[in-house]
Amino acid sequence: MLQSKSFVKKTRRGHVVKVVREHYLRDDIYSGTPLDPECPPEACKLSGEAPHYLLVDTNVALHQMDLLEHAAVSDVIVPSVVLEEVKARNASVYQRLRQLAAADAKRFFVFANEHHRETYIKQEPGETPNDRNDRAIRVAAAWYTARLPTQKVILLTDDADNRRKAVEMGVEALSTAAYTRQRASDAPELQDLVAAAAAARGDAEGDAAAEGGKDAGGGGGKGRAAKRQRVYEEHRPMSEVTAGIKAGRYHQGTLRVNRFNSFEGWVGSESVGQDILISGRIDMNRAMEGDVVAVELLPEEQWRGPSNKLPTAKAEGAGATGGGEDALEEVPDGAHIAQVDPGEHYGEDAAAAGGGDKRPTGKVVGIIKRNWRTRGYCGSLQPLKAAGGSANHTQSVRFCPVERRFPYIRIQTRQAATLADKRIVVAIDSWEADSLYPSGHYVRTLGAIGDKETETEVLLIENDINTNPFTSAVHACVPPLPWSVSEADLADPSRADLRHLAVCSVDPPGCKDIDDALHVRRLPNGNFELGVHIADVTNFVHPGTAMDEEASARATTVYLVQRRIDMLPKPLTEDICSLRAEVERLAFSVIWEVTPDAEVVSSQFTKSVIRSRAALTYAEAQSRIDDARLTDELSTNLRTMNQLARILRRKRADRGALQLASPEVKFEIDTETHDPLDVGMYQVREANQMVEEMMLLANCTVAEFTLRHFPACAMLRRHPVPPPRQFEQLLRAAAAVGASIDPSTSKSLAESLDGCVRADDPYFNKLIRIMATRCMTQAVYLSSGEASVPEYHHYGLAAPLYTHFTSPIRRYADVIVHRVLMAALGLRPLPESLRDRELMHGVVDNLNLRHRNAQMAGRASVELHTLIFFRSRHVVADARVTKVRANGLIVFVPKYGIEGPVYLEDSAAAAAAASGGAGGSGGGAGGRKKGAAAAAADSNFVYDEEKQTVRSKDGSTHYTVFDKCAVRITVEEAQGNRRQLVLRLVPRSELPASEQMH
Amino acid sequence: MEYVSPEGLRLDGRRPKELRQLKAQLDVLSTADGSALFEMGNTKVLAAVFGPKPTELRSQEDEKRAIIRCEYAMAAFSTGERRRRGKSDRRATEITKAIRNTLEQTIMTELLPRSQIDIYVQVLQADGGTRCACINAAFLALAVAAVPMRDVVAACAAGYLDSTALLDLNYMEDAGGGPDVVVAVHPNHSNRVVLLQQDNRVAVETFEEVMELAVAGCRAVADFMRGRLLEHTRALAAARAAGEDGGGGGGAAMEGDSGEELEDDEY
Repeated sequence: MLQSKSFVKKTRRGHVVKVVREHYLRDDIYSGTPLDPECPPEACKLSGEAPHYLLVDTNVALHQMDLLEHAAVSDVIVPSVVLEEVKARNASVYQRLRQLAAADAKRFFVFANEHHRETYIKQEPGETPNDRNDRAIRVAAAWYTARLPTQKVILLTDDADNRRKAVEMGVEALSTAAYTRQRASDAPELQDLVAAAAAARGDAEGDAAAEGGKDAGGGGGKGRAAKRQRVYEEHRPMSEVTAGIKAGRYHQGTLRVNRFNSFEGWVGSESVGQDILISGRIDMNRAMEGDVVAVELLPEEQWRGPSNKLPTAKAEGAGATGGGEDALEEVPDGAHIAQVDPGEHYGEDAAAAGGGDKRPTGKVVGIIKRNWRTRGYCGSLQPLKAAGGSANHTQSVRFCPVERRFPYIRIQTRQAATLADKRIVVAIDSWEADSLYPSGHYVRTLGAIGDKETETEVLLIENDINTNPFTSAVHACVPPLPWSVSEADLADPSRADLRHLAVCSVDPPGCKDIDDALHVRRLPNGNFELGVHIADVTNFVHPGTAMDEEASARATTVYLVQRRIDMLPKPLTEDICSLRAEVERLAFSVIWEVTPDAEVVSSQFTKSVIRSRAALTYAEAQSRIDDARLTDELSTNLRTMNQLARILRRKRADRGALQLASPEVKFEIDTETHDPLDVGMYQVREANQMVEEMMLLANCTVAEFTLRHFPACAMLRRHPVPPPRQFEQLLRAAAAVGASIDPSTSKSLAESLDGCVRADDPYFNKLIRIMATRCMTQAVYLSSGEASVPEYHHYGLAAPLYTHFTSPIRRYADVIVHRVLMAALGLRPLPESLRDRELMHGVVDNLNLRHRNAQMAGRASVELHTLIFFRSRHVVADARVTKVRANGLIVFVPKYGIEGPVYLEDSAAAAAAASGGAGGSGGGAGGRKKGAAAAAADSNFVYDEEKQTVRSKDGSTHYTVFDKCAVRITVEEAQGNRRQLVLRLVPRSELPASEQMH
Repeated sequence: MEYVSPEGLRLDGRRPKELRQLKAQLDVLSTADGSALFEMGNTKVLAAVFGPKPTELRSQEDEKRAIIRCEYAMAAFSTGERRRRGKSDRRATEITKAIRNTLEQTIMTELLPRSQIDIYVQVLQADGGTRCACINAAFLALAVAAVPMRDVVAACAAGYLDSTALLDLNYMEDAGGGPDVVVAVHPNHSNRVVLLQQDNRVAVETFEEVMELAVAGCRAVADFMRGRLLEHTRALAAARAAGEDGGGGGGAAMEGDSGEELEDDEY
């Protein structure tokens, strides 16, 4: 037992109370290097052969993380005071720093200077906490310098004053810029990674002239900063912001930028009761997507409604205040893959559903918490005006992120020429009031623009999906291959032997991670035994293991068009857990006795061993069901199951379950080039619905059972009732064509959707359903302890309780549900972590976030492949109008699942715009012409919101919502190297018969 | 909240299996028959013992054994927020019972029929682990009052946070929401457990680990208290020898020895 030798009391002042904490100082904290004879070998982290050790200060850790993460930077000492400060200021940087400290190769050593007897210092009278911490870092550096006389220890700090004081103490100190210059010979790429703005700011505080004044990057940047006039209003000081919020003058909320119009955003505010519109770059005042901001409402006469026009090149007229080089404006967006994302409408946010009426409008006066991504932003450099500047000279260039919600970012780089045609990752460092755009630094290169692999990488990073290979610790948790069911498994009394049952699985073609299988058989009493068998993943993934933690962090398998990013290592995903045909596999089974009317008599859960007879595709299962000549056991079973599923489905519909639709598409992929050959609507067969019905039944049964046993820690999935305002737009559109929709309950909605049919358009019903899907809210996971019973309700399924049990190979939520179910059955104790409410809250939040990201990534992948598909094709396709605007339409192309804007242009203007767009290099000019065209169109067309109609003044053309139309789909190069689909209206006569929809 | 850093240090710089600094001052109140001031880190408790004495209320008298009365209170200033806690709040009642129960098992009450022992425990400063500190302080005060006891009784808490068993939780750790196991043992009777309390649920395997740690903590606390008592007795003996003035070195040594023996008997 090592008792502390001496101790010091540390006093901290809270709001009112004085908190006294003990602070023990120790003798057993070592330097972590083999060069120190006193340091025990097991405590050594730093290498004895390193040319020098770096000791970083807080600002370097906070702002130069990309530099520290570079492979060439190793053997770094991180004093614990730096860790604490970083933790308090930026949790995600703290995570990254912790990861570095945990990585063996990087050799980052955390030196607990605050608990070391010789390096602990007390705050002196009159000394600010910041100064005290800086001094503590210097003392730690000095301690190292004295301790290791033979080794060079460099204090890395961008604060010139700090450096001066360090030198006075006999410690060698360098700025990040100076350090990377020193290492230019062995690692030249380090220089680009320095967050110049942050470094320059630090330098500017001290005597910058002494050092780095000649540095092209920092010097140039500052020179311009001095000349430039202020663009944005200064943010109010934090004290004023807090006081203002308290007094009700300002409103706090998170900014959501319109996905399709980067100059428009919404701030959800409880104090105002509805979302506040922020319109235009100046009012946005440097706030970005996800930032927590303080907003001041504008006087009511300045309130605006969300634009009822499609954004054009003249969008909002903002941002023109910048210098000449910044005058280029962003052009409107091209077509997108239709989002069935609940709660999001094309062209505007859900909150804007009200249409043209005025909304509370405000401006940002302060940013309470930045949401800048630490993983960086993907995008590409704007083409340089002139080929000026030699290859190795630092240039200031504009970076255009692929995500349209974000503004341009200004970066300094020496490799502008080589990066011109590359997708790169850039991180934001700061955004000063005198700069139109935020400034950042280069992080890494992903690859050539337009390359499929690169673009896939981009969408993975944008959606924060971890594609790293599993670590060796995770692989160590996987049983060795070839794996087979052991004697011990068969002998386990809690595991039923169901190998004699005719079980089969039904999945999409090519599916390797089969996590569910089914069986049915007739019982002597005339009832049926129905079984759903789910891969027994929890038999292999034990709580608290490295594999469990990794799976919990990934939360879900991500499916891209041609790629799968697994949640669990491949041997488990594709073999050991997968319920493949003709092999014995472990399963977790739900078995019901049901009457021929599909009334559930009893249900039971058991671990089991099964042997699947066949792994069918949906198409195969469907043909077995349809082909009455087949009388083998599997086919008749499938038919019986299908019968039962039909009854179950009908009952569910009677309860008010919604039948929604999604515009899913399917690609046919060339096996060699991996390019899409064809694309078409995803066909939903009855077999799909049959499997779905069985899974729903299993999930509901498990939800009820687990909740009964663990009312406080069952994992459920709920689907909140959508707020009525989300339906406003759909109702208005439906009313315009004489259809009525009643969204008051899910039952009335389901019934009214059934009633929406048009004799002349068989697709109309599906279109309405797709649009209704967008009015929904997102279903989310929750731990039952977090909400009250009525909140467990699943609106879409009209089920009081629902959970996810049936896909544990690809969803972590199901793994948790399996564990809870095991505990409820008394097979294993409930893992301690599931009882920890705070921990579970974090886990559930992560599940929801990852689930959403995985969906977004999947869609982005579809979008990418659609783009590749249309690259070499010009297609005229059948389309439907989903929204009418004063200067254009939003149309939906069912066959390709594309939705996008078309402009109502007269033909001459259209031609001009087309040539401008096709010109490619003259993107800006094209945009302007198009803007002019739109403006012209504006005067020629009359928009009737009530009727959802726009007609030309001469009466020759008119469009109403849900009208049929035809569009030509082409790929065009837009600004910022975003290739995008462009839709143009063409007369329906140009539509080839093969593209017509019936 | 990170309660144990990856470097293996707790919030206050201790390692997981370390106690806080212990301090004890004996015989601090001259009016009491026995008293002690006991500190575990920032937790500071004063205990005073009155008795053994004849029972005050005849109705309570037990002709076979002594009765123990116990009163526990937290000073209004003992926590950061100044809050007056009555003697009758639920938490106080529970702690009072726990202390009395522990001491009843430790004091050889059968040797003192028809008598009564009053024990007052006052928390002066609270920073987690108050009930352990109370038991330890009460034991010291009883020893000073020369009340015969079966064994040393020492109490210590242990908890489980960040997947690590932690000894002697301070307030911050106590508020962490993890399990908190309070144990009091008789170390010379093969660690006989005389008090076991637990907040929050914990898995059986974890419980065993935490319990083991708490018992180890109790032993360490017992060793510390024993040392302090020895010191105190020696000091008393020396004082008496000096008081008798010239009684001779041998005599003093004898007194000292007997003092020690007396203490041993008391255990």
